[in-house]
Amino acid sequence: MELIVNLVINGLATGILIFLLAAGLTLIFGLMDVLNFAHGGLFVWGAYAGIFTYMFTESFVIGIVGAIVTGALLGLMTEKLIITPVYGNHIQQILITLGLMLVLQELIKVVFGPNGVAVKTPSYLAGSWEIGDVIIIKYRLFIIIVGFIIFGIFQYMLKMTKVGLIVRAGVQDKEMAQALGIHIKRVFLYVFMVGAALAALSGMLMAPYSGVIYAEMGMEYAILGFIVVVIGGMGSFSGSLLAAILVGLAGSFMAYYVPVLSLAVNMILMAIVLIFRPQGLFAMRKERST
Amino acid sequence: MEPILRTENLTIRFGGHTAVDHVNFTMPEKHLKSIIGPNGAGKTTFFNLISGELKPTAGDVYFKGQSLAQKSAIERTRMGLGRSFQITNVFPNLTVLENVRLAVQSKEKIRYQIFRHYKSYQAITEKAEELLSLVLLDNKRDALTTMLSHGEKRKLEIAMLLALDTEILLLDEPTAGMSLEEVPTILEVIRTIKKQGNKTILLIEHKMDMIIDLSDSIMVLFNGQLLADGTPEDIMQNETVQNAYLGGLYDEHLTEIK
Repeated sequence: MELIVNLVINGLATGILIFLLAAGLTLIFGLMDVLNFAHGGLFVWGAYAGIFTYMFTESFVIGIVGAIVTGALLGLMTEKLIITPVYGNHIQQILITLGLMLVLQELIKVVFGPNGVAVKTPSYLAGSWEIGDVIIIKYRLFIIIVGFIIFGIFQYMLKMTKVGLIVRAGVQDKEMAQALGIHIKRVFLYVFMVGAALAALSGMLMAPYSGVIYAEMGMEYAILGFIVVVIGGMGSFSGSLLAAILVGLAGSFMAYYVPVLSLAVNMILMAIVLIFRPQGLFAMRKERST
Repeated sequence: MEPILRTENLTIRFGGHTAVDHVNFTMPEKHLKSIIGPNGAGKTTFFNLISGELKPTAGDVYFKGQSLAQKSAIERTRMGLGRSFQITNVFPNLTVLENVRLAVQSKEKIRYQIFRHYKSYQAITEKAEELLSLVLLDNKRDALTTMLSHGEKRKLEIAMLLALDTEILLLDEPTAGMSLEEVPTILEVIRTIKKQGNKTILLIEHKMDMIIDLSDSIMVLFNGQLLADGTPEDIMQNETVQNAYLGGLYDEHLTEIK
């Protein structure tokens, strides 16, 4: 019993972190048809900027704020300088954002040094609770709660606000949203910044979870982010959450029961979804019939 | 008085084919004009030139005396030229009400009160509901748009077009693909819009009884050229038009090709 609970919590926590990363990717791809391979770079910059702010101010909360601000600013610059010239061209997007990914990764080494940095969990989130036989690690529960709160806030914004309606419409059919006179590019800039901020937040929350941050971590997690977007369906926010949890749980259980398969399990999941439901579990994009 | 919409020698060629050929027409304000003509006469192309989807080879479109040559389709919509499409154009995964709300709110600048619940924008929701009842869709307001019938989607599209509050409505075959039972309701909707008296409407239709019933004037396109333009009575009595519809001109045209 204890084992199962721990595997579930572990899987959920990992899933939430991947979800925060994938949420931005899916909206950016769904809304503007942009493939952003630099998303992992924003993730790792969020981790470093947040953790160094945390170490400097000794406040984990200020560290989180630092990560979010860094992510949003990097998102702003990326959209304006890198993405704007390559709208509508996937090949160019892949090349230039992959290049940016490498630049961001190497810049980490220049600014913060080439070695990994060990990260401590803040004291009030360290340790665990024992409930009967079950030991629950506080920080993991914290990640899960934060993730669901963020999911709730975004769900509210997407479903219940004017800007949310524009984003949902834009994801389905951006030409038509434009035809209605909506400045979809402006909306996209904000979505891009928000997506980047979420990636940065994900990196920051990941740091105490894995105990160490290093420049290459962005690339590793970005791949998981893409897998989740494919499984969940391009442009679907709830799809991303479910797919991320699925990927998190599968990884967590496989790592324990069938360790050899733990790396392959995500690819297998993705392959199954692509075979039976190539548009993803919760695709939002309009299939153009004309 | 300057007509609200006017074309001057409007022409477009696709390769050797002249789809719209030196068309001069004027559209008085608050007028309903129908465009008729056999398939391939250039009706939809003519619409596309007015709405800015296509750029003319020669000639120009004037809106309130202002040349539209340099204006994109989106700019024209903002200026007051709204068009519907022959294929339905709605957001399938939004509810009916959300579709209309989106169109209503798109007129406004986005104010970034991003956390405010949409229900606090009472005026937008009320306007959207009003439009839905105008197009007889109020009973479907919370349905997902993808569940609507084809005819209901067309009605929703008209509601969205009205929500943009443009002075001119370009309606491209609003009854196309509709079941017989649905046609009268569309007719009813257009009649209501006309009765409200603040829109200028340009309508492409094939159903002659509907056109004669609704139109202030009718223009006939044939092979891209303006064949006639006049009151419904004039047009019905016009010999060239009768020939065009009875096939006289078709035969002549076919002989030419042979």
